[in-house]
Amino acid sequence: MSVRTRPLSPHLGVYRWQIGNSLSILHRITGVALGVGFLALTYWLTALAGGEETYRTAARLLASPVGLVCLVGWTFSFLFHLFNGVRHLCWDVGLGFERTQRHASGWVAVLAAVCATLATWGLLWHGGRL
Amino acid sequence: MARRAAVSLRSPLGRVLGAGSARDGTAHWWAQRVSAVALIPLTLWFFWSLLLLPNLDYATVRTWLSVPLSALLAVLLVAVTAYHSYLGTNVVVEDYVHAHASKLFLVLLLRFVYVLCAGAGIFAILRIAFVP
Repeated sequence: MSVRTRPLSPHLGVYRWQIGNSLSILHRITGVALGVGFLALTYWLTALAGGEETYRTAARLLASPVGLVCLVGWTFSFLFHLFNGVRHLCWDVGLGFERTQRHASGWVAVLAAVCATLATWGLLWHGGRL
Repeated sequence: MARRAAVSLRSPLGRVLGAGSARDGTAHWWAQRVSAVALIPLTLWFFWSLLLLPNLDYATVRTWLSVPLSALLAVLLVAVTAYHSYLGTNVVVEDYVHAHASKLFLVLLLRFVYVLCAGAGIFAILRIAFVP
């Protein structure tokens, strides 16, 4: 059977990056990142249940440079996914569909996530808990 | 212009079940939203609790998680997060993996990994709560 080249619908490449589609894909990316974060959470919990020695190993791993980059990334992913998720839930009940509202709430979600991430890690650093 | 009554080709049973051609209707969409709503208080509680602990030492975290309310909320957090995350990553696989065999493999792998991790996480919390 010969395979004919079928016409395709416009793919991702033809669309201009705007706040709407950027945050939509960022919601997915942060969601997948949080899926990996969930694995880390269960590892941390099992290490905590395993006793002081295993917990200390896990804590050392998470406090390593790579671990800290991941933790900051998961913090941002969580906060953005939360704020943008609330935005999606508002749309689901029919709120904030207007163009200006959509754009404004998008910027609020991403900027609030950045600020809250900086505030969280600023608080941890200031309290000397890193 | 004569008005004609629209004749539906759907069977009465198909209509009352409301499941459509995918045979699960809007169940996935609803499950994703309801678990999302449940996760708002659960994740915020976890985030705040960790932030408010004086430090993240073994003894401090164990003491905090041994409190029945903390243990209950942590179990719910792990269970609902696993469910919500499974639903989401499942859609990502369905959208981006096109070969049937690898799609099926990945969907099943995700299911096993999520159930395993959720089970391990919940077992760990219960052990901390019940075995001092």
